[in-house]
Parts: sequence; structure tokens; C-alpha cells
Amino acid sequence: MRLSVKHLLGIKDLTKEDIELIFQTADNFKAVLSRPIKKVPTLRDTTIVNLFYENSTRTRISFELAEKRLGADTINFATSSSSVSKGEGLIDTVNNILSMKVDMVVMRHSASGAPHFLANHIQVPIINAGDGTNEHPTQALLDAYSIREKCQTLKGKKVAIIGDIMHSRVALSNIFCLQKLGAEVLVVGPPTLIPKHIESLGVQVTYDVREALQWCDVANVLRIQLERQNKPLFSSLREYALFYGVNKKLLDSLQKEIIIMHPGPINRGVEIDSDVADGPHSIILNQVENGVAIRMAVLYLLAGKTSAE
Amino acid sequence: MKIILDTQKFTVVIERLAHQLIENHGNFKETVVIGIQPRGIFLANRLVPYLEKITKSKIQFGVLDITFYRDDFNTSNELHIPNDTNIDFSIENKKVILVDDVLYTGRTIRSAMDAILDFGRPQKIELVTLVDRRFSRQLPIQADYVGVTVDSMISQKIKVKWQEQVGKDEVILLNKEI
Repeated sequence: MRLSVKHLLGIKDLTKEDIELIFQTADNFKAVLSRPIKKVPTLRDTTIVNLFYENSTRTRISFELAEKRLGADTINFATSSSSVSKGEGLIDTVNNILSMKVDMVVMRHSASGAPHFLANHIQVPIINAGDGTNEHPTQALLDAYSIREKCQTLKGKKVAIIGDIMHSRVALSNIFCLQKLGAEVLVVGPPTLIPKHIESLGVQVTYDVREALQWCDVANVLRIQLERQNKPLFSSLREYALFYGVNKKLLDSLQKEIIIMHPGPINRGVEIDSDVADGPHSIILNQVENGVAIRMAVLYLLAGKTSAE
Repeated sequence: MKIILDTQKFTVVIERLAHQLIENHGNFKETVVIGIQPRGIFLANRLVPYLEKITKSKIQFGVLDITFYRDDFNTSNELHIPNDTNIDFSIENKKVILVDDVLYTGRTIRSAMDAILDFGRPQKIELVTLVDRRFSRQLPIQADYVGVTVDSMISQKIKVKWQEQVGKDEVILLNKEI
């Protein structure tokens, strides 16, 4: 059995069976990660470059750790300290790296579609670690995996994605992933942060966070991405927190248990309050923990393909 | 097709292997049994209850998957999907008995030894196999307890059938269809 794709560019291209295969493989890697020796030699003859054209803490460390736990050699690349600041283009940079016999590319880029473009020009497997406002597939996989771990299945589960839907690649990947696994999705946020025609993806839309929380089993709270907002889309962070922030008082008033998720980094006091983020129903740190196992699974399943061709 | 072990002999051989193990390991106080995924589990599942019945003691039994330790990851055309590993006891300073159904090239056992060493430093590792395909080893690995020894060609295939799986215990030698 193999994945139906050569690259992981987005959840959009995956089948339900692909996602289930990734989860099943991640289960085994999670077991490896709980052993005294958290490492296997599977990818010991594979070299992977982490190309990060945009800042990242979690995703980057998680990928690097996943690669190391699989025994792969890793190279890290950050735009600020590289020849990109001298004006080198994407394909040139990648081709130069690949000529040093690198077997896989993990890439984050601020332009949507950058990994898709690269996939047309290079032969090795590419894993998208976030491209602009398009997709962040491994985040969606680890989110869905974390819900599955908590609730056994995603089928019929109601998931609300709260906040900056417009600029969020996490939102789009999550919508695709959750729907493929049979969950219902609702998006909520200020009208200026909800993309037009998002209903065409088959999600429900509301502008009232209380209504959304009343409906859902799981709330995935997203970060306000100020760095991607070229013009003001809401008056102030304070106002946003007041109308859309998830706080304890709001949750307590609903008298039901909701699983709280956040892809990080958290703006405490803006989209989510500390007592919610650190509360008993929060699985935010489980998400981070599962991220390593999910990324190991994706790397393992895609790496196996290189030499087969 | 040739029958190597019929149903009746099959049981006799397994019981003999169990008695040989008891001869060397007594009440299994310092010994653990590890079945190799996926097909070694069938043999281990037969051996362990029998051993427990005879020795009247509880035997520590785990299962080990070697997928992540294979040496053909980048050369095989097949991607191997991992099975569960479950060893919920310490193997430190214990005698470990690896259990597999067929010993052929020895590469699986090499992987299994690497995998088991990631769980600790056993005092000793032994190997029990139902079928030993003699003269086909690619690594210097031999079993300590052998059910039946078979001389076979590379083109031939050994098939171990289990009651739990296909309703009948049997070992057969197949000539590859041309």
C-alpha cells in the first residue's frame, strides 16, 4: 500500500484512504516516540532539506525532530541567512541544494502555490509545510489525528473553526481534511475575515461565536494573522477579543464540554484566554506532540517512493 | 506441492519446541518471549499458552514489528506498512526468545535484533523457528530451536498455514508457477 500522491502539497489531493494510512502509520511512530530510545534507523540513507522562506517555530522544529527520529540527515535553510537575500530565485536555490544529493524537500513559503510550482520542476518528493494562505497539510493531519485520538472517530463530529479564516492556510487544510473524514465544519469570525463563497466548500458560516460554540463538539481557534493583513479588517485587537475571543466565562455559560484546539502560536488574551488555552479541555499540547508522529508518517510514506521510480 | 508438516505432526513439533524451551529456561523467570510481526505471532500464540500450562507460571510475552529496521527501505519496490509493537516489560538483562515462523535469508532476524536492542540490553537472545530453510542464509544467523529443516530452492516457496487463519495447520512447499 502506498499514498496516491508523490508529494504532499495539500489535503485537497489526498483520498480518505491516504489520510487513514497516514494515521495508521503515525500510530506506530507514536509508539516509537514513547520508548526509551525514540529513534528508528529507517531513513538513515535519506537526506532532507528544510526550506523555510517564512518564520516558524513549531512546524520547523517538529519536522526536524521527525526527520532525526527517523534517522535521516537534515539540512536547515532560513531565508535571512542565505543567498536568497542576494536575489537568488526559488528554482535556482532548490536545484543547487538538490545537486548536493538531497532526497526530499520540506518547504514553507509565503506565496500560495510555491510548492506546486516547485513540484513541476524538480523530481524529489516535496512536503508543503505551509504555503501563503493556501494549505498547511501536516497541521490539518495532526489536528484531525488529535481529534480522532480524543473522540475515536471524526465521523459526524462537529468542528467549529474560529477567527481569521481569510488568511489561514490551517483553516483551508482543516476543512478539506475534516470533510474527507466525515466531520461537519462551521467557520466563524468577523465578516471581513471570512472569505466570500466559502459556503461553496460545503461549510456552514456564522458571525456569532456563541452560536458556533453552542453547535460544536470541537473548537479550533485560529490566530489573528496581522502580518498578512495589508489593510485594517477590524478596529482593534481589543474589540476582536471582546466579540470573538474564546474565554472561560463564555464557555462556562454554555454548560457543555468542548474540546479546545489552537495551531499556535497563541496570542493570549486576543483570540483565546489563558484559562481556556491551559484548561482541562484544551488539547493544544497534544496537537504539538502528535505533530512529530504525523510528520514521521508522512516522511516515511513519501520517502519510500523515491527510489521505486 | 509437497507437504512438509501435516496437521498431526504440526502439533507434535510445536509441543517439542515448547519442551526444548522449558529444558533451557525452566520456569521462565528470567526469560521473555517476543513474537516477530506479522507471522511469528501465530507461533508465539501457540507456544506461550502451552509453556504457561506446563510451567504453571506467567510468561512475559511481547510482539515486535521490524518494519522500521528493514535494510531494503530504499531498494525495495514495496512500501511496508508497519504493524504494532507491544513490549510492556523491561528486557534489560533478560533472556529474550525471538519467535518467527520461517527462517530464510536471516535478514528479518538481523532487523529484529537491532529493534530489540533499542528496548534495552538483554543478557542473551535466542531464536526459535518453525521452519528452517537451510542453505539459503544471506547473513550468519542460525536458530537455536528448529521445528523442521527444509532444503529448498530459491524459486520454491514455503507456506505455513495456521488454524486461526485458514482453518488448518500445515506447512507446504510450493513450486513457483511458471
